Amino acid sequence: MLAKRIIPCLDVDQGRVVKGINFVDLVDAGDPVEQAAYYDAEEADELVFLDITASSDHRDTMVDVVRRTAEQVFIPFTVGGGIRTVDDMRLMLEAGADKVSINTSALQNPSLIEEGARRFGSQCIVVAMDPKRMADGTWDVHTHGGRTPTGIDVRDWCRKAEGLGAGEILLTVMDKDGTQSGYDIEITRTVSESVSIPVIASGGAGNLEHLHEALEGGKADAVLAASIFHFRTYTIRQAKDYLLERGVPMRT
Amino acid sequence: MIAVIDYGAGNLASVRKGLEVAAQRVCGAVGELAPAVTVTSDPDVVGQAASVVLPGVGSFGDAAEQLRSRKLERPIAEAFMSDRPFLGICLGLQLLFETSEESPDARGLALVAGSVKRFEGDIKIPHMGWNQIEGPKGHPVLSGVDSGAYAYFVHSYYAAPSDESVVATETEYGVRFCSSVGFGNVFACQFHPEKSQKIGLRILENFVRFTINAAHPRD
Repeated sequence: MLAKRIIPCLDVDQGRVVKGINFVDLVDAGDPVEQAAYYDAEEADELVFLDITASSDHRDTMVDVVRRTAEQVFIPFTVGGGIRTVDDMRLMLEAGADKVSINTSALQNPSLIEEGARRFGSQCIVVAMDPKRMADGTWDVHTHGGRTPTGIDVRDWCRKAEGLGAGEILLTVMDKDGTQSGYDIEITRTVSESVSIPVIASGGAGNLEHLHEALEGGKADAVLAASIFHFRTYTIRQAKDYLLERGVPMRT
Repeated sequence: MIAVIDYGAGNLASVRKGLEVAAQRVCGAVGELAPAVTVTSDPDVVGQAASVVLPGVGSFGDAAEQLRSRKLERPIAEAFMSDRPFLGICLGLQLLFETSEESPDARGLALVAGSVKRFEGDIKIPHMGWNQIEGPKGHPVLSGVDSGAYAYFVHSYYAAPSDESVVATETEYGVRFCSSVGFGNVFACQFHPEKSQKIGLRILENFVRFTINAAHPRD
């Protein structure tokens, strides 16, 4: 049976991990490659690197991180952040990333999804979308870390992204992100049922039951989490055991 | 030398790296010189390689056309028919078949009888993630791989061989489909060993051993 996936996310700024594993004896905790290798050994199912470097001058640094990761890590990994053109995608994929994630650039220029899918295949185009619940009942997709509304409802945007050739959706509900109070199950389920491509739930994981809710109630195909793994609140193994006990198929 | 065929279909860095790591592990353990892994689109290099790897992501029709325009069809067919180990991965499995629903007008390499079909029904497409490979049958490349092991898949189409005896593993996703074929010198899988962590590296190590043993038969 197809397993549900557990995906740790590492935030990288100028080639250094700024949100990653704490409290563990890593030789260099700031090295994204070492962190990635650690999660690979822990049997994480995939990894996401989010490049949060504000300026694009450091593109080469991220390419180098990707290249070194690909030499050591034999699970799929995605790179997001700052990918604005097909050439940016090509750089990351040629360096060894399996997928690229686009967010603001896809909203500004939806044909980027189409072009990326045509050149590299849908399987490597992840469209990240960050909805926020609005007073008028819409689930408005925001950009710039949840600060800028776009007037686009995530229920429309997910279908449009799929139609343009997205291979997967990375859904981060902004109201929940960083709260550790659980994923937004309603939005996750609605998006997951609206498209036929896989949906990764993100934003809000604080305990293992939250992962379970997102996969069962939210019908997500994968869960992305940062803090609960980085701070060793739980290991990947504990998360998998918890979910397996509840009948969720997991890679063992 | 292990030749990884480059025909412009996707990222070959991880396939190359996976094979290199596998080669070092296999040969380092016994103090042998590891076979080189060469990414190539040169038909002559493919013709001379000790073993051949046909990887690839992308569309069936484009890939078949690329193989032909780069004059790679013949050296691939020759390697396939020879006793040199041959590994197909993902699209590299599908291309061995005759036709695909993905590109109805295109002709595959037609080295294995059968066609490539699209997944149907109430399932998410692409089939993306870790799924189980069941019932590995005795092929050297699957040595030590247990039934139920998880491998990483990303695809929307699957191969359906006419002759069931070529099926090496099956996987369940809406249908029970052929997730690898294995016979003689040939092993080709729908999943990505280079992304399937321990089990994937084991398969690549087995392929390296298969290459070494085919080049220098020990009796």
